[in-house]
Amino acid sequence: MITKRIIPCLDIRDGRVVKGVNFEGIQDVEHPVELAKFYNQSGADELVFYDITASFEGRALFTDILTQVASQIFIPLTVGGGINTLDDFDRVLKCGADKVSVNSGAIKNPKLIEQAAKKYGDQCVVLSMDIKRVDGQFRLFAKGGREDTGIDALEWARMGEQNGAGELVVNSIDTDGVKDGFDLEMLAAIADRVNIPIIASGGAGRMEDFSELFHTLPKVDAGLAASIFHFKEIEIRDLKTYLRGQGIEMRI
Amino acid sequence: MIAIIDYGVGNLFSLSSSLTYLGLDNKITSSAEDILSADRIILPGVGAFSDAVQKLRDTGLIDTIRQQTAAGKPLLGICLGMQLLFDKSYEYGEHDGLGLVPGRVCPIADDLTRPLKVPHIGWNALHFPKPDPLFKYVREGDCVYYVHSFYAKDCTENTIATSEYDITITGAVRSGSVYGTQFHPEKSGEVGLNILRAFSEL
Repeated sequence: MITKRIIPCLDIRDGRVVKGVNFEGIQDVEHPVELAKFYNQSGADELVFYDITASFEGRALFTDILTQVASQIFIPLTVGGGINTLDDFDRVLKCGADKVSVNSGAIKNPKLIEQAAKKYGDQCVVLSMDIKRVDGQFRLFAKGGREDTGIDALEWARMGEQNGAGELVVNSIDTDGVKDGFDLEMLAAIADRVNIPIIASGGAGRMEDFSELFHTLPKVDAGLAASIFHFKEIEIRDLKTYLRGQGIEMRI
Repeated sequence: MIAIIDYGVGNLFSLSSSLTYLGLDNKITSSAEDILSADRIILPGVGAFSDAVQKLRDTGLIDTIRQQTAAGKPLLGICLGMQLLFDKSYEYGEHDGLGLVPGRVCPIADDLTRPLKVPHIGWNALHFPKPDPLFKYVREGDCVYYVHSFYAKDCTENTIATSEYDITITGAVRSGSVYGTQFHPEKSGEVGLNILRAFSEL
C-alpha cells in the first residue's frame, strides 16, 4: 500500500533558508541545497520549498536554488510562494519542481487551479489553505494567514478538488506553532468533503502527534512540518521508525 | 549515450539530471540519428495517452524505435511512456499503443473494490514475481514513487515488478530488450537511481 509521507518544509528568502539552525554535520544550515540533501538522506518523502521573497532578484535566486536542488535530489519537490499565474507554474516546473502549491494566487484568481490542472495535470496542482476558526466557522485566510477572506474553508476545499487540485495542504492557524498536536477536528471536517490526498500542517510537536494524526484520520496522507525538523527536535528517520512501529506504513 | 526521446510531452529535466548525476551520458532528442547512435533509449511521458501517442507518431520516430528494439537495443518506457508500449489503452476511449508489450491499459478506479483515492500517488513497495537484471540493485519491499490513474493489465507473463493498491498494480514489464516502469525512477530516491544504473548496464 501507499505509505504515509513525512514532509519537511523549507522557507526560502533571498536564496537562504529561514529558521535553519543547529544542525550537526552541515556546514551551512541556511544553504537550501545542503539542507535538502540532509533531509533526503534522513528519509524525507518529499520536500516543500516555500519562496517568501518579495523582490524580483530574490525570485531569480530562488529558481537558481531550485535548479540546483533538482539536479542533485531525486524525490518529489513541491514549490510554493508567489504563484499567481500560469507563467509562475512554468517558471518553477522548468527548474525541476514536480508540484506547484497555490494559496493566495487561487483566492485572487479562482480560475488559476482549473487552468493549471488542464495544462499540467491534476497531480501537479496543490491547493494550500491557511484556515482559522472564526465565529464557529472554518474560515479561509489569505496573505500568509494575515487576512480573513470571509470564505468558508470547507467549501473552498471542495471547490478546489472540483476545479482540479490534486492535493490539499491544510494549515491550521489555530494550532500552528502551538506544538500540541495537529488540528484533528479541522482535518476531519476537510477529509469528509474531499477525496484527494490531504497534507496536514500546523501543530506537530512530538512524534506521538504524527501517530495520532494517521491513526485518527486514515484519509490524511502526509504530515508536514518545518521548525521541529529544522531545530532537530524530531529527526525524520527516528520519526519514521517510530511510526512504522506503531503500525503505520512508512518508506524506510 | 542514452537517448531521451523528446516528443513534447512532460518535463525531462529531472530524468536527464538523474542520469547526469549517475555519470551517464544522455541527450534529450527527437532525432532519428541520435536514436540510432544511442546505446539505450528512454521513452518518458506524462499526460493523456491519446495526445501522447499522437505526438509520438508526429515525430516519425516509431519505426526507428521498433527497428532498434527489435535489434536488441534496450528501451525503458517510464510512466505514460511505459503505457504507450502496450497494445491498447482505454483511457477516455480506445487507443492503439505501440504493441511492443502484450497487454492493455485500463482505469484503476474501475477495478478497485474499495473507495481508495485515484490517482495512485505516492511511495509504494515493489514486489518481484521473477528476478530481472533491472532490479539487481533493489530489494523486495523497496519503495518507489508512483503518480498515475491508469494501469497495465493482462500482461502477467511480462510483469517483472508489482505494487499493491487494493488491486495488484503492474509496476514494471519486460519483453526482450523493451522495459517499462509505471513508477518514476527519476523521483524514487536512491532506489530509483539504482534502477537507472542497472538499466545502463543491461
